[in-house]
Amino acid sequence: MIEIRDLTKRYGPTVAVDALSFDVRPGMVTGFLGANGSGKSTTMRLILGLDAPDAGQARVGGRRFGDLRWPLREAGALLEARAFHPGRSARDHLAALAASNDIARRRVGEVLDLVGLASAARRRAGTFSLGMAQRLGLAAALLGDPPVLLLDEPVNGLDPAGIHWIRELLRSLAAEGRTVFVSSHLIGEIALMAEHLVVIGQGRLLADTSVADLSAGAPSLEAAFLDLTGASAEYRAGWPPATARKEGS
Amino acid sequence: MTTLAAHVPAGRYGFRHVVRMEWIKLRSLRSTWWTLVLTVAGAIGVGVAVGINTRNAAGDLTNNALAGIIPALLLTSVLGVLTMTSEYSSGMIRSTLAAAPRRPLLLAAKAAVFGAVALVVGEAASLIAFLAGGAALRRGIAAPTLGEPGVLRAVLLSGASFCLVGLLGLGIGAIVRHSAAAIAVVVGGLYVAPAAVGGVSHGAAAYLPIFIIANSLSSTKPDACAPGGPCPHFLSAWTGLGALALYAVVALALGGWLLVRRDA
Repeated sequence: MIEIRDLTKRYGPTVAVDALSFDVRPGMVTGFLGANGSGKSTTMRLILGLDAPDAGQARVGGRRFGDLRWPLREAGALLEARAFHPGRSARDHLAALAASNDIARRRVGEVLDLVGLASAARRRAGTFSLGMAQRLGLAAALLGDPPVLLLDEPVNGLDPAGIHWIRELLRSLAAEGRTVFVSSHLIGEIALMAEHLVVIGQGRLLADTSVADLSAGAPSLEAAFLDLTGASAEYRAGWPPATARKEGS
Repeated sequence: MTTLAAHVPAGRYGFRHVVRMEWIKLRSLRSTWWTLVLTVAGAIGVGVAVGINTRNAAGDLTNNALAGIIPALLLTSVLGVLTMTSEYSSGMIRSTLAAAPRRPLLLAAKAAVFGAVALVVGEAASLIAFLAGGAALRRGIAAPTLGEPGVLRAVLLSGASFCLVGLLGLGIGAIVRHSAAAIAVVVGGLYVAPAAVGGVSHGAAAYLPIFIIANSLSSTKPDACAPGGPCPHFLSAWTGLGALALYAVVALALGGWLLVRRDA
């Protein structure tokens, strides 16, 4: 369970996240949607305590992230790819993280097998492709077998087989009763794995709804999403005009 | 919908867990080992070169043999900086803080691990440089021994300076966060500033790290005047060590305070 209450973050004059409140519930994949620059990554960083909110708070399993007893065992996170030192091997990277939360060393081998990096375990992670880097990030998130997972754009850099694999993995993790919160700007991708959607624009909550409810009454889920976010898109191309885009898609 | 059974052990992650993480991080980088090997080799090489070229048997031969400490410290201070700044340049800091979000605890663990490694390597570099520098002296000049007054102190405190200067680098890394800028601050502060300050004020120069190490820590007679020459004011060995420790503590405290206050 992730609880967001009146979360607000400003960077100078820019309000990146604006009085955001929603819950992410266990047992299903919740998609976190918004245009580029809508505040998704900032929200993720606020949940993890990497950035401090100006107002409001985020709780993971009932606690602020900084107050978790065993952070990796309570919440796993994949933020931007390449959150590792390029000179360290995948195995050593995971071994260091495991040590910080007293996680058994054999778990490192298990998650490397799970994400398909066993054969690259001893390679320096700086040589990894973007897809491999994402897999290593996912391995780190799964290291503590946590009940809560936060994944920021996890399909970036994955090939179609990899995307299919991660979709099935996240759905099965949610089916085990975990809270799975996945951000993306790709509505089509999210629609294939999420049951529930949280949509934001310019840092504000636009919708907190099931996928079925959002697509009901619109020609397609994409049309419903564009309709919802169109008014708040941060960076919009001049052509085609928003109305034409809505109908054309 | 099923509910996950809690499989979280009692207690909480703490200092010893974060120390283990930082130790694995430090030892799993090849650059750590190369830097440490070069540190020891540099200290020994300079000590031997000075020993071979020593003609004055009445000089402070221990201080001569330890002449390589200051150039070798350059590597240790930069390694200290990079131990912190590489977290930011690589993005590792996000993984680190997601695993151990208590930031003062993290910096304390980093300081403990890096300080211990720098101390062990520094003492080894100092002792080997002392022995090698003495062995390189020409025939007719007796090598100093550890039993002579002030010699053991000079060797041990020179080794300890690696720990303190390394921690100063770590603290500055935490304050500045960008590798190039932090290295510039450390190298500028340690090696360039003394040239300017030393030329202006001998009194102030006594408090600069490089002069503390050269004149107070690695000398067997820090308070002695040069024969027939001027009589500059130097800190005593233990006062010098205290001053150096104070600099490291201040840098780490400021770095820790900023680490807590700033977004990662």
